[in-house]
Amino acid sequence: MAVKFSGCFRGILAFVVLGCFFLCGCASRPVENKNTVVIWHWMTDRQAAFEELSRRYEELTGVKVVFELYAPSEAYSQKIRAAAQSVSLPDIFGILGEKRDFSSFVKAGHILEITPYMLADNGKWKNMLFSKALAVNEFSADNSYGILPGIYGVPIDITTIQMVYNKKLLKQLGGNPNKPPATLEDFLALGPKIKASGLQGMVSGWGEVWMVDCLANNYAFNVMGKDKVLATIKGQVPYTDPDWIKVLEIFKQMQDSGILANGLVTMVNKNAEQLFANEKAVFAFNGSWCVNVYKGMNPGLEFGAMLPPAVNSKYPMVIWGGAGSSFLINARSPRKEEAVKFLRWLTEREQQVYLAETTLNLPANKDSLKKISEILAQFADDIESSTHPNVWGVSEFPAVVEALDKGIQSIVIGEKTPAQVAEEVQKIKQRELSKQSNR
Amino acid sequence: MKSDKYYRSKKVAVNVIVYAFLIAVALTCIFPLLWMFSSSLKTQETIFKDMSLIPKEFHFENYILAWKEGGFGRNFLNSIVYTSVVVFGIVVVSSLAAYAFSRFTFPGRNLIFYVFMAAMMIPIPGSFVPLYVLLNKLHLRNTAIGYILCMINVGLSTSIFLLKTFFDKMPKELEDAARIDGCSKLGIWRHVALPLAKPVLAVVVVLNALNVWNEYVLALIIFDSKPLMPLQVALMTFQGEFITRYPLLMAGLTITALPIILVYIFMQKYIVKGVTQGALVG
Amino acid sequence: MRIKETLENYLFVLPAVTIFLVFYLIPFIWVFQLGMYEWDGILPTKIFVGLSNFKEILTQDNIWWLSMWNAGYITLIAIIFQNALAFMLAMACDREIRMKNFFRLVFFIPPVLSEVVVGLVWQWILDGNYGLLNVWLVKIGLPQLAKNWLSDPQTALTTVAVVHCWKGFGWGFLIFLAGLQTIPRELYEAARVDGANAWDSFRNITMPLMVPVAILVAILTVLGTMQAFVLIIAMTGGGPAYHTQVPVLRILASMRGSSRFGYACAQGIIFGLILIIISFVQYRFSKRSRQY
Repeated sequence: MAVKFSGCFRGILAFVVLGCFFLCGCASRPVENKNTVVIWHWMTDRQAAFEELSRRYEELTGVKVVFELYAPSEAYSQKIRAAAQSVSLPDIFGILGEKRDFSSFVKAGHILEITPYMLADNGKWKNMLFSKALAVNEFSADNSYGILPGIYGVPIDITTIQMVYNKKLLKQLGGNPNKPPATLEDFLALGPKIKASGLQGMVSGWGEVWMVDCLANNYAFNVMGKDKVLATIKGQVPYTDPDWIKVLEIFKQMQDSGILANGLVTMVNKNAEQLFANEKAVFAFNGSWCVNVYKGMNPGLEFGAMLPPAVNSKYPMVIWGGAGSSFLINARSPRKEEAVKFLRWLTEREQQVYLAETTLNLPANKDSLKKISEILAQFADDIESSTHPNVWGVSEFPAVVEALDKGIQSIVIGEKTPAQVAEEVQKIKQRELSKQSNR
Repeated sequence: MKSDKYYRSKKVAVNVIVYAFLIAVALTCIFPLLWMFSSSLKTQETIFKDMSLIPKEFHFENYILAWKEGGFGRNFLNSIVYTSVVVFGIVVVSSLAAYAFSRFTFPGRNLIFYVFMAAMMIPIPGSFVPLYVLLNKLHLRNTAIGYILCMINVGLSTSIFLLKTFFDKMPKELEDAARIDGCSKLGIWRHVALPLAKPVLAVVVVLNALNVWNEYVLALIIFDSKPLMPLQVALMTFQGEFITRYPLLMAGLTITALPIILVYIFMQKYIVKGVTQGALVG
Repeated sequence: MRIKETLENYLFVLPAVTIFLVFYLIPFIWVFQLGMYEWDGILPTKIFVGLSNFKEILTQDNIWWLSMWNAGYITLIAIIFQNALAFMLAMACDREIRMKNFFRLVFFIPPVLSEVVVGLVWQWILDGNYGLLNVWLVKIGLPQLAKNWLSDPQTALTTVAVVHCWKGFGWGFLIFLAGLQTIPRELYEAARVDGANAWDSFRNITMPLMVPVAILVAILTVLGTMQAFVLIIAMTGGGPAYHTQVPVLRILASMRGSSRFGYACAQGIIFGLILIIISFVQYRFSKRSRQY
């Protein structure tokens, strides 16, 4: 028995040692040569398109660009942060964080300011792009993050988060397939009809709280206007203000009318997309990437884009929109110039059209709009009504945002009233404000 | 006195209940495997529309597609090598240490052992970042050795715990005999202790093989170049930010589950057979 | 001579200790001292705040303690039901039945399956609107039992706990089976000759001999279940409204959501301390009971 074991032992040992050599040998080979521009990204659906574009660029200019994909996106953002810590970021990368994280990266010296490139030639590059898309990558003159005003990133597409509706199902319910409900009243009136027909009303990934936040924010802008919302973030208006309670009540109304799908509060967005694609839900609250997703699951789906139905006409209804994905340039990279040139090429009309066509995302380049499909154009039209937290110049405390979103979930499942939630959120806001002033 | 017939029918009844229970639970265990396999044969469109276990059309080409796009050639090999090397490393390192904790006395023995135990219980959140920085300083970032060493560390504490518990219960006579015969400490470890510990070693092998095989976050952070990535990382590319290509993902996961099941089948006979020597029992 | 022997002894633990020092202790110390800073993980500067993070967790962070309570609930269910199931299955397989190997293989499939698959399948089964479970309940005439398992605040946590049990019982089953098979058959034979029935043998032979195994399984279960989170993210995202939050999710939220890396480290340390205390209590309890 002992002999047999040692023979087996030796065999395994040999295999393992060989394995080690094999791996060591491969690891010491240099991965890229000195003049390759390396890009780290997380966009699985675009890797093929990116590779094609980098092939074209190499033919055009002789400069090699390599796109390395790391998915899923949470793991990607951890990788970026780890690389940032050890100062080993690639030439071009994305952050996948909020404005606050963006500002930290800038302060840590990881990001190249590209304002001079954008403004050169009378702002030729800058004017190619949607201003809303650029705004997300900009720090404005009065920003609260302490960053020198300027442009720090390049948007390569835009997204909006809004509502979509199933034309066929709407018609079934007696609505006009080309005129979705524009007011909250009309929207809520559909609730009982939807329940009666056994369909689901609105689906969305509200298990992931930021989507709740998005819609709450949209209605906040509609109910009280942008200035009051920003004032609340700055701490000048409390969350117990009647306007905020009105916003929270909208969610209660939606739940009571039956317009929200069952199990909405733990729904993962991918599930929501399945339900909508399989025509089990009439409405969905989702981002413009959904065009690509629905196409994959149900190419025959007839749907249209709409804004969330407004509650009053005093202030405009806004949606979140702006840069979808942005690329940033490593300030410490020895290949900065090449990186800038490549990104500029990437945002030119031809490349943007190519990307929009192959991956069904909205282009960041203004001139590409004529060449994209109709449904995408519907989304793109609404970008005029869009805003984005990254352009407001202030950020709300994460603890407050979480309390608000989880509070809305509680309202929807009937555990708390709008007034209660407002109070709780305001308490947390007070706490965060006092912590900040003590520091 | 109850009749024979009573006992026999009681035995049959009990057996029926036992079998029914076993089969019911077994069904819930097999179901996901079957679902995974059947989903891998559907298409992106039908995967959630067609709810039946047996797909209407069989798309075996998903496996070929998954193989090609999931980097199954190179990354599969990587996973096998990483798993084998790490498991081998853990077995050697932890059995040496566990044997020493159990049989030898030296200053600080208990302290060091308790530190290892504590490590089992304290998860370090965000440990990826300091590990990455550390590897970078050691110039081991994006190398197989760096990843392997990190993964060996991950499995050390639990393995040492399991092995020491076993060694403590092992009778000393065989070792004493070997020592009298002039065997060195290392020799005793290799020729006496290890063979006797086969059942526990089998558990250690299965446990760690499973962990390394399924790991992907650390691999994604440490490795930059695709040719070095293990299989799970390559698979994750099917799970995009917005679009998950479910049939391919399922095909990939099915292929991935097979080697581990094989390892388990292979090790199983050691675990249960040898454990009759009171290995794991108190 | 003595020194030589001691050095030889150290040599045995050297590889383990070296790897441990480099790859565990160094990151651990880094994380440990980070608990005393306010840092977002990116900025080159950190703000030293002493013990205020710890104070905040202990006095103000209600959600943290709610998540600990949830994890404790899931762990309790795991210790009782998961291990009871594992034990019953092991007892069933211990008898001389056919297909023993088949069952041994099948029951180990849940631990082997990737969490992606487990999350997806169970979500599909438990879906409130179209899930398999509810469809069957309606079919067999119990529509009032059909709930929104994962989003109803009353059932969400228990549902998640059940799925965890399902995934985890394989390990317990294996260890219990191994333990049962070490009980010599002669003891049962002797008992039967003495006129004991099945229940008596179970109570007087099986149970006492299995107590240490049960405790080992309990310790491993507690450690594993308290730290669970991947399945929960896949099934409920920690919702609805904190009903299925667990400590690791909170730590992740601090790290990524609020970019409070230092605070996350403090949470991790407190969590680790609690786990150590629980394990220590279990271990002492097991040592005492083994004296019987």
